[in-house]
Amino acid sequence: MKKSRILMIIGTLLLLGLFVFPLWNITLEAPQYPIPLGMDIHINKFADTHEFDIKNINLMNHYVGMQYIPDTIPEFKIFPIVIAIMVVLGVVIGLKGNYKLFLAWFVLMTILGTAGMYDFYMWEYNYGHNLDPKAIMNFKNPDGSVMGFQPPLFGTKYILNFTAHSYPKIGAYFMFVGMLMTLVAFFVGKNETKA
Amino acid sequence: MKTIFKSLFAITVLSMVLSSCGNGGSKKGSQGALSSSAAEKVYVAPGEHDEFYAFISGGFSGQLAVYGLPSGRLFKVIPVFSVDAEKAYGFNEETKPMLNTSHGFIPWDDSHHPDISQTAGELDGRYLFINGNNTPRIAKIDLTTFETTEIIEIPNSAGNHSSSFVTENTEYVVAGTRFSVPYPQKDMPIDEYKGNFKGALTFIKVDPKDGGMDIKFQIMMPGFNYDLSHPGRGASHGWFFFTTYNTEEANSLLEVNASQNDKDFIAAINWKKIEEYVNNGGGTKAPTNYAHNVYSDETHSATSTMKNEVVIVNPSDVPGAIYFMPTPKSPHGCDVDPSGEYIVGSGKLAAELTIHSFSKMVKAIEEKKFDGDAYGIPIIQYEATLAGTVKQPGLGPLHTEFDGEGNAYTTFFISSEVVKWKLGTWEVIDRKPTYYSVGHLMIPGGNSRKPFGKYVLAMNKITKDRYLATGPEVTQSAQLYDISGEKMELLLDFPTIGEPHYAAGCPASLIEANSKKIYKLEENKHEFAIKSEAEAKVVRKGNEVHIYMTMIRSHFAPDNIEGVQVGDKVYFHVTNLEQDYDVPHGIAMIGANTSELLIMPGQTETFVWEPKQVGVWPFYCTDFCSALHQEMQGYVRVSPKGSNVPLSFTLDGDAVDAE
Repeated sequence: MKKSRILMIIGTLLLLGLFVFPLWNITLEAPQYPIPLGMDIHINKFADTHEFDIKNINLMNHYVGMQYIPDTIPEFKIFPIVIAIMVVLGVVIGLKGNYKLFLAWFVLMTILGTAGMYDFYMWEYNYGHNLDPKAIMNFKNPDGSVMGFQPPLFGTKYILNFTAHSYPKIGAYFMFVGMLMTLVAFFVGKNETKA
Repeated sequence: MKTIFKSLFAITVLSMVLSSCGNGGSKKGSQGALSSSAAEKVYVAPGEHDEFYAFISGGFSGQLAVYGLPSGRLFKVIPVFSVDAEKAYGFNEETKPMLNTSHGFIPWDDSHHPDISQTAGELDGRYLFINGNNTPRIAKIDLTTFETTEIIEIPNSAGNHSSSFVTENTEYVVAGTRFSVPYPQKDMPIDEYKGNFKGALTFIKVDPKDGGMDIKFQIMMPGFNYDLSHPGRGASHGWFFFTTYNTEEANSLLEVNASQNDKDFIAAINWKKIEEYVNNGGGTKAPTNYAHNVYSDETHSATSTMKNEVVIVNPSDVPGAIYFMPTPKSPHGCDVDPSGEYIVGSGKLAAELTIHSFSKMVKAIEEKKFDGDAYGIPIIQYEATLAGTVKQPGLGPLHTEFDGEGNAYTTFFISSEVVKWKLGTWEVIDRKPTYYSVGHLMIPGGNSRKPFGKYVLAMNKITKDRYLATGPEVTQSAQLYDISGEKMELLLDFPTIGEPHYAAGCPASLIEANSKKIYKLEENKHEFAIKSEAEAKVVRKGNEVHIYMTMIRSHFAPDNIEGVQVGDKVYFHVTNLEQDYDVPHGIAMIGANTSELLIMPGQTETFVWEPKQVGVWPFYCTDFCSALHQEMQGYVRVSPKGSNVPLSFTLDGDAVDAE
C-alpha cells in the first residue's frame, strides 16, 4: 500500500483516541485548594479530575450565581457520532480515494473542529455570564458592567481568587497529530502521483 | 608574612574542626535545645510535614493525642474512653454505645499504652490499640479515619495496666490485670486476698481482615499485680512476658507490704501452646458479662453488644505453657529487644537492670532448672535465664526501648534520666537528664523488630518550672532527644494532653497516604441519612419528632421548622452533603442538654433536644465552614403542648425540594 494511504488511515484512526481520553481540561487553582479542582471534557461527558471535583466547582460557583455544570449537554450525543463518521469516512478515503480527497477530509475536519470550539466557547460564555440575579455575591468590572466568570477558551486567566487554566488534554493531541498526518498524507500522495 | 598568615589560617580551621567534633553538645547537657543545630533538627517549615507520627496517650484524660515528630506539634486529640463535647463523642446518639460497659455508660477512663498493629514483627500502620485502665477495656483506633472504632470490655479484670500490646502479626492484643480480684467476683473479706484473688491475663484475637476483636481466652493467674508486658518476637514469637509485683499478695499498704520480696517474677507465657489447647476444646466456658462496642464507618453508628461467656484457662491445666523468671524488686517495664532474645526487666526498686535471655530460658526449661513453683507454676532459677545486668544504671528504672543498632534506652524515674546502654556488653554509653521524673519513653518502632532509631521521646511525670506557669496545675510534657549519634542530644520540650503514659511512633509514610479525606455519601448507610435536600423531612411519632436534615455550604435543609411542642423529644439527624476535603459543618441548638455535632463530609450524626420553653429557637453551624458561615442557621418554633400548629418544614419559604 502506498505510504500516503497508510498515513491517511493511521491519521484518521488516531481520532479514536478521543473516545478514550479527555479532549480538554479546565483546572481551578486557589490557595484553599492545594489540590486544584479540575474538570476533564470528553467528547461525550464531563468528568472529575479528582473525585467530586465538579460537585465542588458547582459549590464554589453558586456564590457568584453560576448555574450548575449540567450532567450532560446535547453536544455529547453529537460529537461521538461526528467523530465516528469522520473516522469511517477517512479510512474509506484512505483505502479507495484520491489523494485530493485527503485534503478535503482535512478541511472538513478543520471546519468541524472549529465549529466545535465555537460551540464550546458559546457554552462557556453562557456558563460564565448567565448568572442568577439573586447571586450571593455580585462583582462589577471597572467599567460598571457585571463581571462574568467565563473560563478561558485556551490559556490561563485570573478570576477572583481562582486561577483558571484551560488546555487541551491527550485526546486533543491524538486529534491534532492525526489531522496533521492526513495533511502530510495529502502532500505525500501528491508527490507519489507526480512520480 | 604569607606563611604566618597560612599557619594562622590552619590553626583557625583546626580549632573550628576540633570544637565542632568534640562533645560540646553533651557537655551542654540541659542546654542542648539552645544549640543552633537542635533548633534546626526540630524545625519543620510551614507547610512541610513531620517525618513521624507520635500517638501519645492522654492518661487521665482518657484520650489519645496525635503529634508530629520532630516538631512536637499537636494535630488531633482522638476521643477514646472519655466523652468529648467538641466532637460529640459520647454525646451524639451514634457514639453513646461506644462507652457502654457492664456497669452502664461510663464517660471517662484512664488511657495508657498505645500500640500500633504489626505484620511480621514490623509496624503496619493499620490500627492502634490502647487500654482503659480503670474500667478495663481495650480500644481500637482505625488509622485511616483516626477514630475509635471498637472498644471491648475485659471481664474478671481490674486496673487494666499490662495492656494493650500486640503480638508479631497482631494475632492477639493482650490485657493483663494490675489488681487481682476475686474470681468470680463475690462478697468476701478483703484480708482473705491471699490465695483467693486471681489475676486474669486476657488474650484478644484480632481479625486479620477487619481488625475485629474477640476475647479468645483468659488465663487465671495467681493473685499478683501484673504490671506491664511485651510479646516475644523473632525466635521468641509465640511467647508473651508479663512483669509482676506484689508476689507477696498483700492487700493493704502495698507501698511497704508489696516491696518485701527480694525478687518478683516475669511471667513467660507460651500463648501459642495455650491457643492450641483452647482450639482443641480446652478451657472452661464461664459465665460473665461484658460489653463489646463496634463503630461502623458505613452506618456512622456504634452498637453495643453484651457478651456473657468467656473461656477461662487454669495454668495448671496446660503444663509447660507458663513459667516464672525471678526478677529483682517489683519490676515495672518488661521490654523485648528487636531480635526477641533479650527480655529487660526494670526492677523499679532495684540497684541494677536485669536482662533475661530467651534462649537460656528455653534451655533452663528443658533442663528443668527450677526453684520450686508458685501455685503450680514452675519458677526458673534466677541465674539460669540471666543474660546480664546493667550495673549502676540509675535509680528507679521503668521502661526500655531499642534503636535497632544494638542499643537500649531506659528511663529512670527517680534519677530523672534516660540512659543508653549496649545489649550484650551491658555497658552504659550515655545518660541525659529529663525534666522531670520520666515515665515511659518511645522510639518509633522501638518495640518491634524494626525500630526507626532516630529519636527517643521521653514522657515526663513532673514538669514544674519548664513552661509558663498556669497555677497549681501545670502542663504535662514530653522531651525529644536525637539518638542518631553516639551521645543523645536533647532537642525539644513540648506540652502534652493529660498525662502521657506511653506513645507509639510510626513513620508518616506508613499512615498518611491511607488517611481518609471524606466519607462517601453514597456509602452512607446510617438509618436516618438522606442523600439530597429533596429527601429532607420532619416526621412525628407520638412525642418524638425526627428531623432528617442536610447541611451544605451554607445552609441547612430544612432551616425553619414549625409544629414542635414543649415535651417533645426532637431528634436532629443531620447529614453533611459535602464531598470536599476539610469541609465539616457543625450544628448546635440553643438550650439542648448535649453537645454540638461536628459532622464530617458524607457523615450523619444525631442529637436530641427536648424543648422546655415555648418560643422560636435558633440553631446554627458551629464550624466556620465558608464565607457565608454566619448565615448558616435556622429556627424551630416551639408551641405549647397540644397546640394545633401543624408540623411543617421549609427552606427559603418553600417546602424543601431544592437541588
